Amino acid sequence: MSIISYRDALNQGLAEELQRDSNVVLMGEEVAQFKGSYKVSEGLLEKFGPSRIIDTPISEAAFSGLAVGASMMGMRPVVEFMFWSFCYVAFDQIFNNAANVRYMSGGLINVPVVFRGPANGGTNVGATHSHTPENFAANTPGMKVVCPATPADAKGLIKSSIRDNDPVCFMENTILYNLKDEVPEGEDFIIPLGKAKIVTEGNDISIIAHGKAVHTAIEVAEELSDKHNVSAEILDLRSIRPLDQEAIIASVKKTNRALLVEENKPFCGVDAQICFLIQDQAFDYLDAPIARVSAVDAPQAYSKSLESVQLPGREKVLKAALNIL
Amino acid sequence: MEGLHHDTNLEPTTAIPDAKLDGKEDNIIDEQESDLIPTDKDVDFALLPVNQDLSDNDKIDLYDQMVRIRRFEERSLRAYQQGKIGGFLHLYIGQEAVAVGSVSVLGKDDHVITAYRDHGHAIAVGMNMDECMAELYGKKTGCSKGKGGSMHFFAPDKNFWGGHGIVGGQTPLGLGIAYALKNFNKQGSCLCFMGDGATNQGPFYESLNLAALWELPVIYIIENNGYSMGTAEGRHSAGDPLARRGESFDISWKVAHGHDLYEVRSVVQEAVERAHQECKPTVLEIITYRYRGHSVADPDQTYRTKEEIEEYKTNKDPLNLFKRKLIEENVLSEERALEIDKSAKDEANASAEFASESPFPDADELMDDIYWETDNPEKRSSEGRIFFEVP
Ligand SMILES: Cc1ncc(C[n+]2csc(CCOP(=O)(O)OP(=O)(O)O)c2C)c(N)n1
Ligand SMILES: [Mg+2]
Repeated sequence: MSIISYRDALNQGLAEELQRDSNVVLMGEEVAQFKGSYKVSEGLLEKFGPSRIIDTPISEAAFSGLAVGASMMGMRPVVEFMFWSFCYVAFDQIFNNAANVRYMSGGLINVPVVFRGPANGGTNVGATHSHTPENFAANTPGMKVVCPATPADAKGLIKSSIRDNDPVCFMENTILYNLKDEVPEGEDFIIPLGKAKIVTEGNDISIIAHGKAVHTAIEVAEELSDKHNVSAEILDLRSIRPLDQEAIIASVKKTNRALLVEENKPFCGVDAQICFLIQDQAFDYLDAPIARVSAVDAPQAYSKSLESVQLPGREKVLKAALNIL
Repeated sequence: MEGLHHDTNLEPTTAIPDAKLDGKEDNIIDEQESDLIPTDKDVDFALLPVNQDLSDNDKIDLYDQMVRIRRFEERSLRAYQQGKIGGFLHLYIGQEAVAVGSVSVLGKDDHVITAYRDHGHAIAVGMNMDECMAELYGKKTGCSKGKGGSMHFFAPDKNFWGGHGIVGGQTPLGLGIAYALKNFNKQGSCLCFMGDGATNQGPFYESLNLAALWELPVIYIIENNGYSMGTAEGRHSAGDPLARRGESFDISWKVAHGHDLYEVRSVVQEAVERAHQECKPTVLEIITYRYRGHSVADPDQTYRTKEEIEEYKTNKDPLNLFKRKLIEENVLSEERALEIDKSAKDEANASAEFASESPFPDADELMDDIYWETDNPEKRSSEGRIFFEVP
C-alpha cells in the first residue's frame, strides 16, 4: 500500500496496462507532450513513446471512431476526453458504433475500447463543461459505465475497464484528482466492474451514492453518528452498469431506509433507476419513502454561489436523511 | 439532368497534391488533364496492366459477381413487395461495378467498410446469398442472426466491417481500421465507401485530417450516384468535384467512372498501391448511378426524370458494358452470359427459399450478442446486474 492521489492512481493503472498489453494505446487531446490536461498521463509518453501515447487534434468524433474501428481489429484503445462534456460531438461514434456493433453483427465483432475523462460539476466552468452523462451512457445496452470515487478504485477499475472486452465509459472527477488515499501496489490489483463497496457499515439508513457524492455521504454519516446517534451505512456503487443490485437491496433490507445521493441531474438520472429497483425488490422492507438528492435541475451554473447550491451539499443531504429517520 | 452536375464536370479546378509534391507546379494544368482525370475517351483501361493481368476466368468471375448482386437485389425487392422484408431496403442496382471492381484488386490485408447500401459490397467480398437474404428476412440464419438487417451486414472473417446506418458514421471507423493495420505493421489498406451525401458530414473531414496527418492507409471511395436521397448533388454540395475536398489535406484524389469496371479497378488499385507502398490515404470519387429509389420506400417521383434513369440504363449500365467488352474480347459468349444470368437467378431464388424456410430468432436471443461477457458467462469478470429488463 502507498498513499497516492487519484490522479497518480489512474496513471499507475494506465501504465501497468500499457506495459501488460501492447495492444493498449492512450489517445486524446494533450495526453502526450502536454502530459494530459489534468496531468493524468504524466510520464507515459517518456515511458511508452509516441506510438502508444498519442496526441490528437480536436476531433472527438474522428478519434473516438478511430478507436472503435481499431478495437474492432483487436486493439484496446483508451480514449481520453479532456472533459466528458466533449463526448457530445462524438456521440454517434460512442453510442451508435461502439455500443451497437457487437449486437448488429450478431456477436461477430467485439469493441474493447475505453472512453475516459472527468465528468463533474463544481468547478465554476459553466454548463458546457460540467456534464455528468453517466445516466445516458448507462441507458445504452452494450455499454458499461464506471464512476470511481477513490484513488484505489480509480486504479483498480481503470485496469478492469481496459481488460474488459466490451466498451466502457469511465467517468472521473477533476475535484477528486488530488484526493490522496491508500492504493494497493502491484499489477494484480484490480477491482471487478459491477461490485459496489460498503464504505461504512450501519444499521439505521442506507446512503447510496456514486462518484464524488460518496464523499458527501461520508461527511453526512459522520454527522449523523456524532450529533444524531444514527448509524448510517454508505454504499459506493463504483459501477453504474453493471450495477451491484444485490448490494443495494441487501443494505436496504438491513437498514429499512434508503437515501440516494448523486451529482447527476434528477430527471431520468441514475438514482431514478435505483429508486425503482428498491421499491421493486425491497418494498416490504421500507420503513419510510425513498429519499433522493440529486443536482438541482438547471444547467450547471458558473457562479460559485449558485453552483454550491446546485450540487448536493452536506446540509441538504443531512436534511434529507433526517427527513426519513 | 438539372442539378446533376456530378457526371459533367470531372476537372479539378486547382492544383493536385501529386503534382505539388513533385514540385511541378508550373505545368499542373497539363498534367491534370492528361493524367488525373481518366475518361473513357482518353484511356483504354482494359489495356492497363491491372486489367491485362486478368485471366479469362477472372473476367468472367467479375461479370458473374455483378450479375449475382443484381439478381440478388431484384429478388430481395420482390420479397419486400411481398411483405417478407421489413424496414429499409436500399438497392445498389446500377452501382455494381464499383463494389466488384474495387474489391477485386484487394489482397489479404485489405479491408472494406461501407454505409447502409451494402448488399453489393457484401456479395463482392464473398458473403453468400443465403446469409444475406436470411438477414433481410430477419431470420436466425442471417449473417447477423436477424439483428442487423439490410443496412448492417458484417463479415469480419472476410475483412468486411459493415454495413453502417448513420450517414458518414463509418468514416472514422474506416480510419481506425487503417490505423490498426499500421499499428500491426500490416501492408494493407481499408476501403471506406460512402455516398456523395455523406461527404457533408463533419466526421469525414476530421477523419481526412487524421488520415493525412498520421499517414493512414485508408481509401475513401465516394460512390457519387448523384443524389443524397432526393437531393441532387448540385443542391447539396458546394464545390466540384467532391473528391477535391481531399486536397486541403494534401490527400491524393481522383475522379473516375463507375460504369466501367476496368476503370474502377485501375483507380482503386493505384490507391491501394499508395496505401501499401507509402502508407498514405486517397480520396476517390467514382461516378455512378442508382436505378431504384433511395430506398424501396421512395416512390422516386420528385427529384429526377424517367428519361434520366433510362439514359443511364441504356448507355452506361455497368453489366451491359462489361458484357459487351467481354464479348468483344472473345472472353464471353451470349450463351455463357445467359447461363450466368440464369444461375444467378436460381441462386437468388434459392436464397429466398432458404430465408423463407429458416426460423425466426427466439425471443430470448434478443439478449444475446450485446456484451461479450454475457455471451461468455463462464469467463465473466464483472459482477452485478447488467440487464434491466429481459423478456
Ligand atoms: C446522420 C444521418 N442523417 C440522415 C440519415 C437519413 N439518410 C439515410 S441515407 C441518406 C442519403 C445519403 O445519401 P448518399 O450519402 O449520397 O448515399 P446514397 O444513399 O446515395 O448511397 C439520408 C439523408 C441518416 N441515415 N443518417
Ligand atoms: Mg448518393
